[in-house]
Formats: sequence, C-alpha cells, structure tokens
Amino acid sequence: MAVARTRCVCLIGVTGHVIDVEADVGSGLSGMHLIGMLDTALSEARDRVRSAVVNSHYAWPDARITVSLFPASLPKRGSTFDLAIAVALLAAAGLVPRARVADSFFLGELGLDGSLRAVRGMLPSVLAAAGAGAGTVVVPARNGPEACLVPGVTVIPVSTLGELVGWLRSGDPINLPTLTDQLFGEPAPGASGDPGGEPGDGPDPSGGPGGPGGPDGPDGPGRPGNGLTGFSTGLSAGLSTGPDVSRTPNDAGSEAPAPDLCDVAGQPFARRALEVCAAGGHNLWMLGPPGTGKTMLAERLPTLLPALDRDEALEVTAIHSVAGTLPADRPLLGRPPFMAPHHTATIAAIIGGGSGTIRPGAVSLAHKGVLFMDEAPEFPANVLDALRQPLESGQVTVSRALGSVTFPARFMLVLAANPCPCAQRTRPEEPCRCTPAARRRYLARLSGPLLDRIDVKVSVMRATRRELFADRRFIESSRVVAERVLLARERAAKRFAGTPWRCNAEVPTGALHSEYRLPAKAMTPLLSCLDSGVLSARGLDRVLRVAWSLADLKDRGRPGVEETNAALGLWLGEER
Amino acid sequence: MAAKDELGRHGEQIAVGYLLQNGMQILDRNWRCPDGEIDVLARDGRALVVVEVKTRSGRTHGTALEAVNRAKLVRLRRLAVQWLSTRRERFESVRIDVVALERFAGDFAIRHERGVC
Repeated sequence: MAVARTRCVCLIGVTGHVIDVEADVGSGLSGMHLIGMLDTALSEARDRVRSAVVNSHYAWPDARITVSLFPASLPKRGSTFDLAIAVALLAAAGLVPRARVADSFFLGELGLDGSLRAVRGMLPSVLAAAGAGAGTVVVPARNGPEACLVPGVTVIPVSTLGELVGWLRSGDPINLPTLTDQLFGEPAPGASGDPGGEPGDGPDPSGGPGGPGGPDGPDGPGRPGNGLTGFSTGLSAGLSTGPDVSRTPNDAGSEAPAPDLCDVAGQPFARRALEVCAAGGHNLWMLGPPGTGKTMLAERLPTLLPALDRDEALEVTAIHSVAGTLPADRPLLGRPPFMAPHHTATIAAIIGGGSGTIRPGAVSLAHKGVLFMDEAPEFPANVLDALRQPLESGQVTVSRALGSVTFPARFMLVLAANPCPCAQRTRPEEPCRCTPAARRRYLARLSGPLLDRIDVKVSVMRATRRELFADRRFIESSRVVAERVLLARERAAKRFAGTPWRCNAEVPTGALHSEYRLPAKAMTPLLSCLDSGVLSARGLDRVLRVAWSLADLKDRGRPGVEETNAALGLWLGEER
Repeated sequence: MAAKDELGRHGEQIAVGYLLQNGMQILDRNWRCPDGEIDVLARDGRALVVVEVKTRSGRTHGTALEAVNRAKLVRLRRLAVQWLSTRRERFESVRIDVVALERFAGDFAIRHERGVC
C-alpha cells in the first residue's frame, strides 16, 4: 500500500481552486481508476498519463492504481491535471521521492511522448497556488514566462516528464530566481527603453545557459550550472521581450501601436472627445456617415490610454490567459486591450458563457481597455442591452447549470453608428433616401437605457477639403495627447488617493454629491436640464464625471460652469 | 502445438506447483464447457478458488496481469457457477485468483493476486 499526494489547481472562471491529487498503488488487478467528478478530457488523462510514463521509459506500475482528486464535490475539467496525476502515481510507485512532491504544485498537460504541453489559464492558476502558500510550482516550459509573473513562488519550467523526474530524483533544491521581482521591483533601466525586445544589457534574468544566473535575485546566489540549465534559455528569451509596465507615455511606442491619432484629419471635435474619454475612462458614441473616420478614431483610443500598472496588467493577463488569447511572445499585457467584436456576435461571445467551461466574453477581454462596437445598431438588441449591467457594475456574472462565475468587466464602451441604413451622403442637395420611419427604427435599436449610459456623444461629419487641409496644421500625434491624458489621470489619481477608484468614470454617485460636490453656480445648467427632463439622475452623474475629466485636462482644481456646460454638450451630443 | 500454447501449458504447470506449495488443493484443471475454460480450480480452506493463469513471454505486449480484464472475470464467475452445478460438494465462498507469469531472463516471475473479483 503506497499513497502519494500532490497538488494542482482547477480554474473556475478566473478563480483557481487548489486540488489535492492522491494516488494509491496497491494490490489487485492492473488498472487505473480516476475518481473525483471528472469531465471527458480529464477521464482521458488515464491514457495520456500512461503513454507519457511508458514513453519516458519508466515502468508502469503493474498494480491497481487509484487516483483521486479532492475536493470530490468540485467538478473538474480540462487537462491541466495530467502532470499532477503522473507525478502522484510515480511517487506512489516509488519512482520519485514522495516528500518532494507533496508540497509543490504541478500544472500541465502531457503529450503521449512525455512532453509537457502548454495550458490555458496559467497565470490565474499560479496566482491561486501562490495564495495557497505554494513554494514551488512546476509548469510547462512554454508557460514559464507567464507563470513567472506571479511574485513569491519559485516557478520551475519543465519541457518533458523525464526532465522533471530527473530533477525530483536528484534532490537538488534548485532555486530558479523568481524573475518577477526583477521585472517589477527594480527600476530596470534597460527594460523601459528597449523597444524591440532584444535581450539587451538590462535585467536579463537568468544569464546564458550554464552561467550563473545574471544579476542575483532575492534568493542570493544565482542558480548553479547543473543539468537543468536548458530551461533558462527559452525562458529568458520569452521574458526579455519586456512587458513594459511603467507609466510613462514614451513606453507607449515600445509595443509599437502602429495607428496614430494624427492619421484622423478633419475631425478635431471627435479627437477632442476621444481625449476627454481617455482622460476619464468615459464611454463614447460616434454617429456619422461612412468614411468619416469613426473606426479609425476608435482604434486610436488605446494609444491615448496610459499603460497598465502592475496589478491591472496581471488582472488583464489572467483573463486573456483563461480565454487562451494571450500572444505567445508576450507573457504580460502591458497595454490596455482593444476588443472589436463583429456585429454578428452572440450574447455568450460578448458577455461570456459556454456550456462546459465558462469562458470570458468580449466585455471581460476588454477589461481595463476598450470595447468597440462598430455598426452598433446592427448588433442584436438583446446583446446591446446585456451590456447595461456590466457598464454599471464593472463586472459580469455568468450563471449556468454548473455554477456561476463572475468576471471583471470594467471597460470603456465605444459605439459607432451610421445615421441610417442606406448611409448615403448627407448633403442638403442630395438627401438620403431612407424614409423617416426607417431612420428612426434604425437608431431606435440602441435602447434609451443604453444611450443613457454613454457619457460622450459626438457627431462625426464629412470634412470638406478645406477643413481637411486646415486641420493638418493643428493635428497632434497620439503621443502628445497621451501625455496630456496621463497628466489628467495623475491629477485624478492624486484626488482619489486612499480610495479604490482610478479614474473619474469609477467615482460612485454618493461621492459625486458629497466629497466632490460642485458649487451651485457650476451646477446651474445641469439642474435646469434635470428639471426640464432632458437629463436623468444617472445622466446628471455622468455629466459631472465628464466635467471632472475636463477640469483635470485643464488642470483646474474643480470644474466650473464652463466645464459643466461643455460636459453637458458632450452628453447631449451637441456641437460645443 | 503452437509456441504460445506450449508456453501457456508450461505456465499452468508452474502455477499449479506454486498453488500446491501454498497449501491449496487442486480440484480440477482445464475444465471446459461450451462457454469457455477454467484453468485451475482449487480448494483453499473452505473456499473454492477459480484460478486464471496468464503467462507472457515478455512485456512487449503489456503485462500478464493487465491482460485479465473485467469481461474475462465476469466470464470466470459464470463458469464457476456452471462448474459448481456439476459438483455435489459445497463451499463457503467462491473467489477468483489470478496467477501471472512473466518470462524473465530464462526464468518466470510469478505474481499471485487473490480475490480479484
């Protein structure tokens, strides 16, 4: 009777739950029994693990093997458990020391040849492991850079089962330096100015193969050159591409966002609206005929936003890791994401869902970034209205038979629409041929409650040739605007010190009318609109938030009547 | 006789010797009926033991123990009932054992799993 125990993580949404994996190799007829609420992919682990062990040239225990995953009440899915199952049963069979596997976490999917394959959701899994007090987490080599983002755990990237068994048997208490601290903690001089991701002179974390590990981590001496140095090469290459998380606008260029705001000539007012939205995190609605630059403007909004700070970047990366949309060469998403779902998208695609594993939708993938819905009236009405709840609460709860999952979803919504279905030019001498009823029906697809949640509404008109050329002289690049946005956001952040809010859009109603109450004079235009029914109570709050953003952009301590008037104009969608 | 059958016979001979050494009394060998065959029937104290002997020349095609699957065990149970119906003697219990033999370096490795079903 030999029982071995190890640990693994099961993901539900973006939350990881620690799973204990126990293996018992005992007497009885040969066979492997996997128990503990498994789905099909996990039941197939039996065959994958067997082939992987046999093809790694370890003897498959010719005995009755029982593998149990605890807590048994939690439904488990996916193939992340393969490695933990293999390690537990090798330990139970006495092929690796039991004590060495008991406290570590093992995550990864096994190939039939014993190679370790990358899995989705590595970042939230390792975060959960760290939360459970893990010292060591073994991950597939391809997931190494992602796993290393989590501070406080030793991540051991492994590419084959044989390599791992060799390490477990050798008894070397290897401490790979936790690369995370070097990425975030030190003011890395080489990393921020290094645009192309060349493994430069900067904090290349683990040096070359065989060499002592670069600048020493917090663990003291670098890792000795032993048989495992092969790991570090791939790892350092992946990490040196430099997730830039510092908040300087210069860094915006280092990840090469090709589009620039100066591409959109002839729309000074829309560009200004974009800047206001970027400064305060407000929602934007653009109405105008085709070809006027609505899509271009929306695509340039992320270039105006400041880079994500460390916590935000981890949060955003965790969501994309679960969705499997993380680019292989960039373990950490340092820039605000931009999601532009097609208008045929379903509710499940936008909000999140799925019959088995509940996957995040576009609203969560756009967390801390921009959700752009081009041709908004073409979206099904129920999809548009489903946006209302996440727009208010900043999170979305998806409930299915298996359980409910809450994903963060604090995004900036940008809607773009043509004024009518035909979208012909709107010159006075050649009016569009849609009937008034058709025009009304078209825009009425955007429900009032949804539009009530849009802070800034602009009409994007065709520019004449003269306007186009005149505008070219005053046009500013994304970089210049992003600097102003950053300053405005920093002023707001100073004001919000000690609160959980990060930008004006997040300030709750209560605070708007108590701490950040405006003088009566500034409120006059808003209150008269409230009295006449033009503004709803929520509309009033939204106008106030935009007014604060305008004040931040101008470096005024508090919005005056000028700002509230301008904000009201933006909310109503009137020219100035 | 084909080589595999010869190997099987040889294995059964070794298994019987092993069972006798372990104090069992052999009641029947290679008992056949239209439904199949029981390799060895033995008495262990007051229990009837239905023994399945599996011999392998190596591990290239899986282990001997693995080759005894659930369907085989179910068939053995059914055969045991049929065998009992031809006999007058009664047993307190019936159990199924597997004796697995694997040829290794010119000799046989023997494993005896009791009460597998």
